Amino acid sequence: MTGALVAYRWELRKLVAQKRTYIGLGAAALLPVVFVTVMALQKGGPYDAPLGHNLRRTGLALALVVLNFVSRFGAQLAAALVAGDIVASEHAGKTLKMILTRSLRRGQILAGKTLASFTYVLATILVLGTAGLVAGSAAWGFNPLTNLSGVRVSALHTLWLSAAALGVFSLPLIAVAAFAILLSTLTRNSAASIVGTLVYALGQEAIAGLVHQSWAKHYLLSDQFDGWHGLFMSPIDWTLIARAAWVSAIFAAVPLALAYAIFKSRDVADD
Amino acid sequence: MPSDRPVEARGLVKRYGAVIAVDHVDLTVEPGDVYGFLGPNGAGKTTTLRILLGLIRPDDGDARLFGRDPQHELPEALDGVAGFVETPYFYPYLSGRKNLELLAAFDRDGGRAQIDQLLELVDLDRRADDRVGGYSQGMRQRLGVASSLVRDPRLLLLDEPTNGLDPAGMRDMRRLVARLSGEGITVLLSSHLLAEVDELCNRVAIIRTGRIVYEGTLSDLRASAGASRYRLRTTDDRVARLTLLEHSHAREVALEGDELTFTADEEEVAAISRALVEAGLGITALVPEQHSLESLFFELTEGEPVEAAA
Repeated sequence: MTGALVAYRWELRKLVAQKRTYIGLGAAALLPVVFVTVMALQKGGPYDAPLGHNLRRTGLALALVVLNFVSRFGAQLAAALVAGDIVASEHAGKTLKMILTRSLRRGQILAGKTLASFTYVLATILVLGTAGLVAGSAAWGFNPLTNLSGVRVSALHTLWLSAAALGVFSLPLIAVAAFAILLSTLTRNSAASIVGTLVYALGQEAIAGLVHQSWAKHYLLSDQFDGWHGLFMSPIDWTLIARAAWVSAIFAAVPLALAYAIFKSRDVADD
Repeated sequence: MPSDRPVEARGLVKRYGAVIAVDHVDLTVEPGDVYGFLGPNGAGKTTTLRILLGLIRPDDGDARLFGRDPQHELPEALDGVAGFVETPYFYPYLSGRKNLELLAAFDRDGGRAQIDQLLELVDLDRRADDRVGGYSQGMRQRLGVASSLVRDPRLLLLDEPTNGLDPAGMRDMRRLVARLSGEGITVLLSSHLLAEVDELCNRVAIIRTGRIVYEGTLSDLRASAGASRYRLRTTDDRVARLTLLEHSHAREVALEGDELTFTADEEEVAAISRALVEAGLGITALVPEQHSLESLFFELTEGEPVEAAA
């Protein structure tokens, strides 16, 4: 097993052993249930949200509508909670000097931490999607869905598209996690990294609101959280999905390269 | 190029702004040494050990561990090397055993098979599956030693290993270090406790404000320390006084209250005590009033700056 995979495996074990890990996962599991409960207690609903017109008609719409809601803040917070802590906590706990004097290279250790953070992001989205599917289907049934182009899509096909949508949604979220890892490495302070990541995500939203040229908005990270909408158009809009992939990749690669440069060369002293 | 010499550092310098934490430090640790790195808190011991372990970069000079440079050849330069700087820290939410398993995995599972044995060696076998968050300082120190031994090292770098331990813990830690040394492991041990270094180490470097002020054997240092003042109580002070006055190595003999005092070189005290016994006296107390080695240590580390010796 390569050094990075060894580090990755142990980072996962460490995440499993920490309470912090379950905050985001628990919120992801609860959110769809809360959503359904609130909908059950009132007549209205967010019908103007993308795919929101399907609410109360098919449970398959629930997870997708919730994705729209968490794309502005909640998902970034969940990603930042773990990714922003993953290097900084080693400094705070003074454990970094312990693992850096073993047989793995610094780059391998950071790679393990990065992969574990990304795994956590994927797990959170998976939990959100699964909870949404279960809660939505229990409340409104497993029925066909009308997509954004007004075309009716079978329930089974919608299920596959939803799984793909979760994957596309994860791409910009991974980029947010990459930025959190950079801050975690740079500041060596969990709270600063988490807050800084949220400011970064909200800042992109704010810039998107200020920019009048629509083409420019498309290349901000915030816009990529809607990339999965392309899956629910007829025909599928691959341009949206491809852009979500490559823009997110750039937004992930730059912070990770910086984080690597810092992590590799920085003195490890208790300061 | 690999060599047999565990530690060789030349001209190490580390600055933090205007503060020079390590100032042209030279260290040479030979195979089999228990090498004491002695100095008061803040003298630069930990910074030097950090440089040796590749955790920080020196501003000048270079270090070699078994001939390899920890600044440019990591992790290979740490092959056969283990240790910790300051208090060893672990993941508090994992058990002691899991922490060791993690570290063994980070060493490519090299010492995984020995974990149970090591936990027993450091007397943590009964608490091995408890979370480290509930461990005492002494238990963490012992786990620190176990975590070093997981690497099956030829060289151990231990930074203040008895720090924060109660007297029994200090005794056990010193026994453990002595035992490891007896098994052929070279030890570089930093400490601010002269007695600890005196008990464990065959060679010593004394550091003060980042500079080495003495490097050599403790016996050489002791020889240069000169005479000490001793307090003596016996079954017959009158005979004892006469015996001391007749003994060529006892000087400045005086009767103070119910005890005698005299000055002698440390090496001669054994001969003096034999002479007292041969004179038919029972010795009830023979105590150094002021330890000359200790005095010299304080002089080296607290007095006016002195030039590096030996």
